[in-house]
Amino acid sequence: MSDHNQLSMAPEMPHHTETSTLEGKNKILGFWFFLGAETVLFACLFGTYLALRHSTMGGPTSEELFSLPMVAAATVILLTSSLTSVLGILGMHRENVKTMLFWFGVTVLLGLAFLGLEIYEFIEYVHEGHTFTRSAFGSSFYTLVGTHGSHVLFGVIWITTLIYQGWKKGITKETAPKFYVASLYWHFIDVVWVFIFTVVYLLGMIS
Amino acid sequence: MFIVAIFTGGYNDRFLERVRNHWLWDWLTTVDHKKIGIMYFLSGFFFLLVGGIEALLIRMQLIVPNNDFMVGDTFNQLLTMHGTTMIFLAAMPMIFGLMNVVVPLQIGARDVAFPFMNALGFWLFLAGGLLLNFSWLFGGAPDAGWTGYPLLALNQFSPGPGVDYYVLGLQIAGLSSMMGAINFLVTIVNMRAPGMTFLRMPLFTWGAFITSALLVFALPPLTVGLFELMFDRLFGSHFYDVAGGGDPVIWQHLFWIFGHPEVYILVLPAFGVMSEVIATFSKKRLFGYSSMVFAMVLIGFLGFMVWVHHMFTVGLGPMSNAVFAIATMTIAVPTGIKIFNWLFTMWGGRIRFTTPMLFAVGFIPTFVIGGVTGVMLAVPPADFQYHDTYFVVAHFHYVIIGGTIFGLFAGMYYWWPKMFGKKLNETLGRWHFWLFLIGFHLTFLVQHWLGLWGMPRRVFTYQPGYGLEWGNQLSTAGALLMGVSMIFLLVNIAVTARRGEKAGADPWDGRTLEWAIPSPAPEYNFAQLPLVRDVDALWYAKMNGKKGIEPAEPIGSIHMPSPSYLPILMAIGFFIAGFGFVMRAIPAAVLGLIMVFLTMFMRSFDHDPGYHIEPEEIEATEKGARA
Repeated sequence: MSDHNQLSMAPEMPHHTETSTLEGKNKILGFWFFLGAETVLFACLFGTYLALRHSTMGGPTSEELFSLPMVAAATVILLTSSLTSVLGILGMHRENVKTMLFWFGVTVLLGLAFLGLEIYEFIEYVHEGHTFTRSAFGSSFYTLVGTHGSHVLFGVIWITTLIYQGWKKGITKETAPKFYVASLYWHFIDVVWVFIFTVVYLLGMIS
Repeated sequence: MFIVAIFTGGYNDRFLERVRNHWLWDWLTTVDHKKIGIMYFLSGFFFLLVGGIEALLIRMQLIVPNNDFMVGDTFNQLLTMHGTTMIFLAAMPMIFGLMNVVVPLQIGARDVAFPFMNALGFWLFLAGGLLLNFSWLFGGAPDAGWTGYPLLALNQFSPGPGVDYYVLGLQIAGLSSMMGAINFLVTIVNMRAPGMTFLRMPLFTWGAFITSALLVFALPPLTVGLFELMFDRLFGSHFYDVAGGGDPVIWQHLFWIFGHPEVYILVLPAFGVMSEVIATFSKKRLFGYSSMVFAMVLIGFLGFMVWVHHMFTVGLGPMSNAVFAIATMTIAVPTGIKIFNWLFTMWGGRIRFTTPMLFAVGFIPTFVIGGVTGVMLAVPPADFQYHDTYFVVAHFHYVIIGGTIFGLFAGMYYWWPKMFGKKLNETLGRWHFWLFLIGFHLTFLVQHWLGLWGMPRRVFTYQPGYGLEWGNQLSTAGALLMGVSMIFLLVNIAVTARRGEKAGADPWDGRTLEWAIPSPAPEYNFAQLPLVRDVDALWYAKMNGKKGIEPAEPIGSIHMPSPSYLPILMAIGFFIAGFGFVMRAIPAAVLGLIMVFLTMFMRSFDHDPGYHIEPEEIEATEKGARA
């Protein structure tokens, strides 16, 4: 099946391990479709949030709650982690396991830092009376931001197990697509956060 | 197996060996798309019978006015479960079954892109379906209608676990559809045989492709809606609860942004089946191939633009209603293109009225009636009249039975030889078709008038003296006739299994690639990948006087993925988690989720080298199959 790929010999394209097998190509394409579905999922959560964000039912409003410095810090951390995952993939393309694992390790640490900030933020809000069950605003806020957060958590666990695999097996036709797909996922999470930063926090602070 | 091991005091090698060689273990762990397809189809068929029995009970209740056979809560449960079962547990899995068996064969692929995920998808669907139906036994079935509208679906109006079963069962089944859809998309994009360009793909594969694309984008809104409903019910959030600032109309949007494309998810594969069957049994190339493809793509696209026509009476205003009314009516154009192309294909063809062809031909007028009433409902002022009456019930049964179920039956009779190596009996098939067709129109044609005369849907009885009696009696009689027709189908399946004739590779004088390989298809599908030169590749080869399709490669060793017991284990984990949430037993739910994650880790670290089928073995299989 991979035979007919060799027929279309492109002259000396850069060699990418992640797409060297049909399984790898399938995995990456399938993951793009999955990200398409995730985009719709988050779009629906954004829609719900936008419809309900003023339904505070007497609880604290978004202007009272949100503070720019902390959200900005979280944003910087997450954006940086996207960069480090790119460095990891560059390491993979240079067949350098150590570089790859190092940068993915940094990515995981940044992800954890982001999660720590988010948990701290949520605890603060709960102290101010902004809870999941307080109002429709609370429900939709925690569901949207929390879904993103649980995606970050999932990514952290996922990449950690991948680092273990990469450390055991190195960069192979089997592990390379996994790392590539994980980095796609991580960028996606980052893009979603950019939207959360804009739609939830910036919009919430000005209105 | 672990439990047995515990009871027998550790693993017994001989016992393990016997388990591994048992046919049941083979099916439980299979990653072969044809076997998975058969399992999807048969379990979908089982749920079709369950949903059918629920429908018969509903019709029995409505046979006379003021009947007290199934009233109140019981009726609501039947109604809800009938709709939910038919859409999610019968129609979709049966479609997935056909697609799983046929699509890789039609594009000349050895396997699907993700065999493991495919198996997982099937077991998840089964877990979700069983969880939903567990509700009959433990705590009462969902009773808020298959659309699960809040506020009705919230705790204060639907106490008890019924709606929780709905939420969690559908969530698990939805996961399964997402996996299936991604699998088909990648298979079709990446694994077509050499020469099989997109515009040479058989139309059933096109139907599968567009349906899968719709699923990828339509399921997430339902997922979000269900999650929000679950949070409202289980964790006290306020998405839909007006008292807490929520808005139930959000559910309606989310549900119908999924729900309307769902109609096309159900009907596009049926369109594909029709195109295959009508071309084969008219002995003609399908009229207007590329316009058929274009029409399908357009229908798929427009399917996302029309959800508000389910919400005309919500009060979103004349502007929004008008826009969505026009978008809805636009869909009639590509659908009309398809209908005329089928008619033109038959025109002047050498038509053979086999059972699949009968279902295909019966489909055309039936679906047209459904389409016409669809345009009637797309007019907002008229919709205010028809809303929530039996007119709507009649309309969507004409579309979904007239489209999907007729298509599924046509496809079932058509591809049965490819699935099991035997042709279903034609005489019994005819009985099935005629009784089903007559029963169907008897049941639902009259419901149009019942609706116009004011009979509301979802209500368990009606008063005498309003002229609704005879219509309801006809309708019930028709439903019974449909039930009888299904007995003919069951007998047919049993008779064929016991003493049906061997069908051979190409029993219908087919046109597409699946008929170029033995029936039932060997596990590697194609001994050599075919070289495709035209639409209807096999027909092209036959017309050029060739014995089979030209191969694109020499015979060589074929790599296959190994079977795995992880999919079923993961599905059990999901089932436990779902059941735990329904029963508000959070520790059990967490335990189930832990099981899911453990199996995920096992899969992640599991290095599957697969196995190879060597050329000698392939030659032996092929020889045995041809003889």
